Amino acid sequence: MGVIVDKETALKFIEEILSRYPTKARKDRAKHMVVDEPGDDKCIPKSNVKSRPGVMTIRGCAYAGSKGVVWGPIKDMIHISHGPVGCGYYSRAGRRNYYIGTTGVDTFVTPHFTTDFQERDIVFGGDKKLEKAIQELNQLFPLVKGITIQSECPIGLIGDDIEAVARKTSKEIGKVVVPVRCEGFRGVSQSLGHHIANDSMRDWVYEKGVKGREIEPSPYDIAIWGDYNIGGDAWASRKILEEMGLRVVTQWSGDGTLSEVANAVKAKYILVHCYRSSNYLARYFEERFGIPWIEYNFFGPTQIFASMRKIASLFDEKIQARTEELIEKVYKPRLDRVIEKYRPRLEGKTVLLYVGGLRPRHIITAFEDLGMNVVATGYEFAHQDDYQRTLHYIDKNATIIVDDATAWEIEELTRKLRPDLVASGIKEKYQSQKMGVPFRQMHSWDYSGPYHGIEGFEIFARDADMAVNGNVWKFIKAPWQQ
Amino acid sequence: MKALIYLSFSVITLLGTIFARIRVRKTFKGGADMRQIAIYGKGGIGKSTTTQNTVAALAEAGRKCFIVGCDPKADSTRLILHIKAQATVMHLAAEKGSVEDLDLDEVMLVGFGGIKCVESGGPEPGVGCAGRGVITAINFLEENGAFDDDLDYVFYDVLGDVVCGGFAMPIREGKAQEIYIVTSGEMMAMYAANNISKGILKYAHSGGVRLGGLICNSRNVANERELIEALADRLGTQMMHFLPRDNIVQEAELRRMTVIEYAPDHPMADEYRTLAKKIGENRKLAIPTPLTMEELENLLVEYGIMKPEEVA
Repeated sequence: MGVIVDKETALKFIEEILSRYPTKARKDRAKHMVVDEPGDDKCIPKSNVKSRPGVMTIRGCAYAGSKGVVWGPIKDMIHISHGPVGCGYYSRAGRRNYYIGTTGVDTFVTPHFTTDFQERDIVFGGDKKLEKAIQELNQLFPLVKGITIQSECPIGLIGDDIEAVARKTSKEIGKVVVPVRCEGFRGVSQSLGHHIANDSMRDWVYEKGVKGREIEPSPYDIAIWGDYNIGGDAWASRKILEEMGLRVVTQWSGDGTLSEVANAVKAKYILVHCYRSSNYLARYFEERFGIPWIEYNFFGPTQIFASMRKIASLFDEKIQARTEELIEKVYKPRLDRVIEKYRPRLEGKTVLLYVGGLRPRHIITAFEDLGMNVVATGYEFAHQDDYQRTLHYIDKNATIIVDDATAWEIEELTRKLRPDLVASGIKEKYQSQKMGVPFRQMHSWDYSGPYHGIEGFEIFARDADMAVNGNVWKFIKAPWQQ
Repeated sequence: MKALIYLSFSVITLLGTIFARIRVRKTFKGGADMRQIAIYGKGGIGKSTTTQNTVAALAEAGRKCFIVGCDPKADSTRLILHIKAQATVMHLAAEKGSVEDLDLDEVMLVGFGGIKCVESGGPEPGVGCAGRGVITAINFLEENGAFDDDLDYVFYDVLGDVVCGGFAMPIREGKAQEIYIVTSGEMMAMYAANNISKGILKYAHSGGVRLGGLICNSRNVANERELIEALADRLGTQMMHFLPRDNIVQEAELRRMTVIEYAPDHPMADEYRTLAKKIGENRKLAIPTPLTMEELENLLVEYGIMKPEEVA
């Protein structure tokens, strides 16, 4: 059984982990590691700065942030990986953004489109090739609604004028063409890619006045913002909102269409799921169109019910009454059964939870609903405002927070804290499992999901149980059990 | 007995072949005596003209020379080949698909005095990456044995300043070990020469490249000779030669020829012959000591190019 440590011990652990670094690295990494106790709302590590050379960071790049996260899930557009073939090929279909449609006919999320740069494209520039690619794609896939140009590193180095190509081809094919300057070397992590993607959508979709399909306006129109439908998350969230009596006009961007994205301007509220990757546009909507935004969290019963009530409070009594009824009569009984089933099997188990820029704070309470305790957490690419939004979620026990953790830090934390579950990404999975520690992927849900919403919590609880109590772990011993 | 002689003969032949192979491998980048020289200098200063005239003088003296033009404008070989612009490695490669589809003899032409000529080529101004073009072209030449054993000199005629890694390619390890900077007494030409020296300094420690000297291509600036001699001195090098300004150079150029070929008896041809001879005999190769901007300006004041108040 994992141990919950007090602040003093946690600080000692951090000191021990840091002691293996050279002086300069140690001084720098020390600023990224803190111990938060319930009630402490000032304890924020240094964040959103360049990773130290020589360590194995878990971060991605700006291209990953734009192509992989924000733009990629929009299903009726083709997202060209502009540059050499590898960036798109090795990240293809890896994020499990589910969508409905006929792939290759009217939807294009999983295929890999690239301008496949060769030496001559570097030397002579890739503009002509890009132009041709866009025209050919429009001929081959006439149902495509638009095209985005996702820049890989070389585009920024050779200074290809992708904006000019976008303007020209957009006129020629009569469709939206969006140039995105998300070269991988820009910024310190994928976070800048999210921002660049948000800005390009602002400039080339909303500012250009791209029109969505006609819809009859209703007072209950909302847009789901920053949900990328991983394993069907957005669908699970949508169900709750629709059962509350609201109408989802936009799913941004998981299983979303260009028309839906454009129609977001018709929403009465923007409901932000992933604040980190979508707050830029949400703020823009508030300023530009006067559409307010709020954050919500559909992980686990405690947060689902709190968020439902928060959202309902924006609307009339009818919605509020329906929401209360829904919670009390349908959802709560259903989720109580889930807790009843799994909590006895998971009670007191500890978790090391380390993911991107939003989920750690959102999932802490979901684990707690199952009786588990998060003993260490942190973000790959969060900013200060994310950490500010995190601390109030930590209200059970002293928790180590690590910003931009290195492979060494994750490994050592696992050794010292002896968690019953490590919940992180693919790069951490095998390190953890080889140590004999159960693991769940919290980026892709490990080929499972959805984890959001009502049905999501059932699956989440089952998966947590399956991982922690799986018989396979009886055959492998964790380092501290040997 | 006969058989024994025959056997030993074959063994010797075999050994000879192996040694020859080893030797070819060792001297992949040219023979031991081959000198690889890169010419840098401010844009428009006369690098290509000076290089071609000097190489023509070397060829005239029986030296085997090779000019590699490292400039997308591809004007480094026109006076030797008497053509407008040679088909370049990068353009032919782009046409055929990639450099792997190219043969050496498609891009290497032979002109005046048996001088071998190649242009790296590159994009139109404002697009793509010319530096990458230079890297690709030089790698291609190396891999295809363009730098063979018989050569005495390889000259790289490089675009303007060392603006990026691509244009530093000719001075990286295993390539040009000697640099000459063409300059004049004009402020910006000297500024560029100093900047190039900074580039050389960087590669001097990693790759062993050295500064051979400054070539003053006169613009009839007052005190020009003294000024460049002083600059050379400060840079820890020497002024190789002072090339006077003469209209014959222009006349020859209009006919796509070097002065050596067009007017071999003209005094200007002798100037180039002298420069060629000096380069041939030059053993003073230095690690440059670049000046600060302030020192450079003071130098100009000292030689009366700039009045003190202009500096302030």
